[in-house]
Amino acid sequence: MTAASTDQLSETAAPEGLADAPVVSFEGVGLRYGAAPEVLKNLNFDLTAGSFHFLTGASGAGKTTLLKLIQMALKPTRGRIALFGRDATRLTRAELPPMRRRIGMVFADRRLLEHLNAFDNVALPLRLAGRKPADYAADVVELLAWVGLGDKMAAYPLTLSGGEQQRLAIARAVVGRPDLLIADEPTGDVDHEMAVRILRLFVELNRLGTTLLIATHDRELVARSGKPVMHIERGELHWPAGPSA
Amino acid sequence: MSGANPSPSQRPAALLPSEDARDGALVFIVGVLCFLTCLAVVAALAADRAAHGWRSELRGSATVVVRPSANETADAAAARAAEALAGVKGVDEVEALEKEKAEKLLEPWIGRNALPEDVAIPRLVDVELNDEHPASAAALDAALKAAHVDASLDDHSLWLKDVLRAAFLAQVAALAIAALVACAAGAVIAFATRAALQTRGDLVGVLHLAGAEDGYIAGLFQMRFARLAATAGLAGAGGAAVAAALARLVGGGEGLTPVLPVAWSDLLPLLACPPVAGAIAAVTARMTALSLVRSLT
Repeated sequence: MTAASTDQLSETAAPEGLADAPVVSFEGVGLRYGAAPEVLKNLNFDLTAGSFHFLTGASGAGKTTLLKLIQMALKPTRGRIALFGRDATRLTRAELPPMRRRIGMVFADRRLLEHLNAFDNVALPLRLAGRKPADYAADVVELLAWVGLGDKMAAYPLTLSGGEQQRLAIARAVVGRPDLLIADEPTGDVDHEMAVRILRLFVELNRLGTTLLIATHDRELVARSGKPVMHIERGELHWPAGPSA
Repeated sequence: MSGANPSPSQRPAALLPSEDARDGALVFIVGVLCFLTCLAVVAALAADRAAHGWRSELRGSATVVVRPSANETADAAAARAAEALAGVKGVDEVEALEKEKAEKLLEPWIGRNALPEDVAIPRLVDVELNDEHPASAAALDAALKAAHVDASLDDHSLWLKDVLRAAFLAQVAALAIAALVACAAGAVIAFATRAALQTRGDLVGVLHLAGAEDGYIAGLFQMRFARLAATAGLAGAGGAAVAAALARLVGGGEGLTPVLPVAWSDLLPLLACPPVAGAIAAVTARMTALSLVRSLT
């Protein structure tokens, strides 16, 4: 039993005429929890296909919340969010999973499945997309080797260091070649050398057509990349802020 | 924990952890509930059999109390009544009970040799009726009147009514207990599914955000609980079968007690317990899981 066939995946491709639509589009988006003040205020931005942005801001500024909105883990209390040319706030329950499979996500807390080994953790998005082990095994092995976990494919997450878990989470997010990759502090627990390797991986993915939005505190990584920066402060977005923001 | 590369031909690991510390307790509880359900089913079947037995016994016979007239002996009156009844259509066999037998029937109430010799004891005529086409009480009564025999007829209809009502109530009670225990098993499974989903909230969240459909996630829990419940059902039905078999073996052909005669064929319905328990668990777990997964954005 698989979550969906590859046919189902193609169902969510942008209809003709929407192919050039922004991958992510926020129009007047706001979010509040209950009666509390808005944590995100009137966000307006587009991420065009193939773009690469960093998202910076102090802790609590709203970076993770913004990423959750893109991931459709939260619903905005006002405004409109379009993903791949479709209004994400109006998708039916059945339309959400195939849409989510087009988005790779690196969680700040990694969210690795402890009972699955490194290989099976990375293979998870491919399984959910309906691919067979024989089809995806080589891709998973190659990717794990690339993130430096080639000798730990049978290892379980709890036996890995924080940095290794981070790399595993990144490998899981990118293994399905998502159309959009969003990452929350993907280099938070890795050393400088690995951070540079991860950046290279992101650049390579971007070169292959993946749109990226990376939330980070790593100013050096941002500066090294030369990519545009979206800066969020007290729930308000300032962009493009430039690589040095 | 590092090791060799997993082989591509290997079956992917189960997305739900294969073991949960509470699985054993769940199997035990559901197993006990299945055991009680199976016992109740066996009891219902035995009650049904007992009711049929009592009904055919009571319907298949009648008793005639003969009062001799002044100018004939009790034996002659009983013989005359027997002769009259033997000719009625629907009567298989008639036996006029001897005086000793009548006295023996009275012994429990008045004791042995408690009656003086000169006290006339009414004679009894035992009538065996045809199983398929028994003679009616009216036909028997008419035959006695035609033969000018002073007698009263007891076709057991009064007892039959009470016995059948008691047997019906016993059956209903057994089936109600079975249904109630089955509902309790379903509730336990629903509770366990909900608890498991909450414990596995991280897994459910990751699968949900990675693009797994609601039905796919629910299916994981559905299969898990169906397997557990089927295992518990097998254990419960096995235990109940052993208990019923012991009742049968200890009590012989009539079972442990003649009131609830257990037959070997009563054990056959227990075969349905594992698949039925599995199906109930599957449906309950799916509904519970779907309801919880759908509460996620």
